[in-house]
Amino acid sequence: MGLYAAIAVRSFRRYATYRAATVAGAFTNTVFGLIVAHTYLALWDERPALGGYDVAQAVTFVWLGQALLAAMSLLGGGFEEELGERIRTGDVAVDLYRPVNLQLWWLCADLGRAGYHLLGRGLVPVLVGGCLFDLRVPTGPARWFAFLVSVLLGIVVSFALRYLVALSGFWLLDGSGVRTVGVLTAVFFSGMLLPLTLFPGWLGELARALPWSALLQVPADVYLGRHAGGELVGAMAFQAGWAVVLLATGQALTAMATRRVVVQGG
Amino acid sequence: MRGYLFIAAMWMRSTLTYRTSFVLLTLAQLVTSGLDFVVIAVMFAHTDTLGGFELGEVAFLYGTSGVALGLADLLVGSAQQVGRRIRDGSLDVLLVRPVPVFAQVAADRFALRRLGRLTQTGAALAWSLVLLDVDWTWDRVLLLPWMLLSGTAIFAGIYVLGAAFQFWAADAAEVQNAFTHGGNTLTQFPPHVFARDLVRGVTFVVPLAFVNWMPALHVLDRPDPLGLPAFADFASPVVAAAVCGVAALAWRAAVRGYRSTGS
Repeated sequence: MGLYAAIAVRSFRRYATYRAATVAGAFTNTVFGLIVAHTYLALWDERPALGGYDVAQAVTFVWLGQALLAAMSLLGGGFEEELGERIRTGDVAVDLYRPVNLQLWWLCADLGRAGYHLLGRGLVPVLVGGCLFDLRVPTGPARWFAFLVSVLLGIVVSFALRYLVALSGFWLLDGSGVRTVGVLTAVFFSGMLLPLTLFPGWLGELARALPWSALLQVPADVYLGRHAGGELVGAMAFQAGWAVVLLATGQALTAMATRRVVVQGG
Repeated sequence: MRGYLFIAAMWMRSTLTYRTSFVLLTLAQLVTSGLDFVVIAVMFAHTDTLGGFELGEVAFLYGTSGVALGLADLLVGSAQQVGRRIRDGSLDVLLVRPVPVFAQVAADRFALRRLGRLTQTGAALAWSLVLLDVDWTWDRVLLLPWMLLSGTAIFAGIYVLGAAFQFWAADAAEVQNAFTHGGNTLTQFPPHVFARDLVRGVTFVVPLAFVNWMPALHVLDRPDPLGLPAFADFASPVVAAAVCGVAALAWRAAVRGYRSTGS
């Protein structure tokens, strides 16, 4: 346990080293939040209550998206590139003979990274957005707690998805294509483009059932208080369910991959 | 210029060696840039007008801004990778070659796959022209290539400014995205959607409004929310020249002040 905590803490510190990058990222998130929030205002001006959100909720959704963008690693750039590269070069052999679980190792590293990105790149956009727009804030500590749990579950689902993407490198060697597809799918199906309740018909149903909705749509709805009582439990069970399924798949595929891995050279 | 073409041709040959990868990455670029258009399409599935603009008009803004960014990205977008060369010191190699550093940096890893964005936004622009009900007088016809070229130059200038900025703060390279891709997202939508102060900012401080808003408002026969004099509709090339001038000075200062990593 101590080992895994140590990995998470060091990963947090590793990302915290690059302060200029954090400032630049928070700045970019804020600029995008500003632009997108105005387009939502225009849309909700035409269609109040669209997708079940009022104007304030819609704008809050935008800023939540910008705040969670880095933590959920929606645009990539997390551990999956590093692991993919280690698989390609064969360095992964070093990881495999460590007496730790490969998936758990990277999960802890990614949790540390996500924790840093949540603070370093999440707070500034929301604060700036809160100064410029009328944003919703959860009432009461219970809803805040539910939101944080939902974000944590979202990060785990995000990790599990990207771990599978990285593992594809064992079979494909160059994982950059799969990574690109992974990012595209995540952006499209997480609610980052538009809230998934705005997607028409079956596409909306599908998007809300896929694991990517656990990354942004569900945490945002929890934050906005759209789920009450049993529904709230259901939303989190949805996230936890996907987390378990995806992590188990990752575990099984790791076992398969390590059996076929051949490291060149000596 | 010859150096630029030579290096670009070399990288094209290099990428075309892995044909499948090239096709996939180009398609991925096409889809990535198309996602922005999906947003607009979904929005218009729920409404007929956005900020008083119809789908055809927003598609026109989307197309003009996207083509400008696509061209600028294709031509000088590689310059944004200069940060890596500064960090690992490999910029030194470029400095001793008998070709202008800028030409080398702009053509470095020239990515033909960026045609993906250009194709997608170009198609959207063509589609918007079919959809639009515009009285195509000669000034409007001339404004179209006029704004695409100026828009390309403005975005190119911003790319170069971003590259120069990396000489001082290589880690903060992402700031540039706020102005290139952020500027692209911004100018896909009509200026009437945004707060007056934001529009002022992107008119007078970072002149993104001249990428397409000002000339497009003239083409679409729409009032300008800031009420600028009529010549502003045609001022894009002047603004573009100014942006490129500032970018050139910044680049010169950056390269002159460059000290190697010392390794």
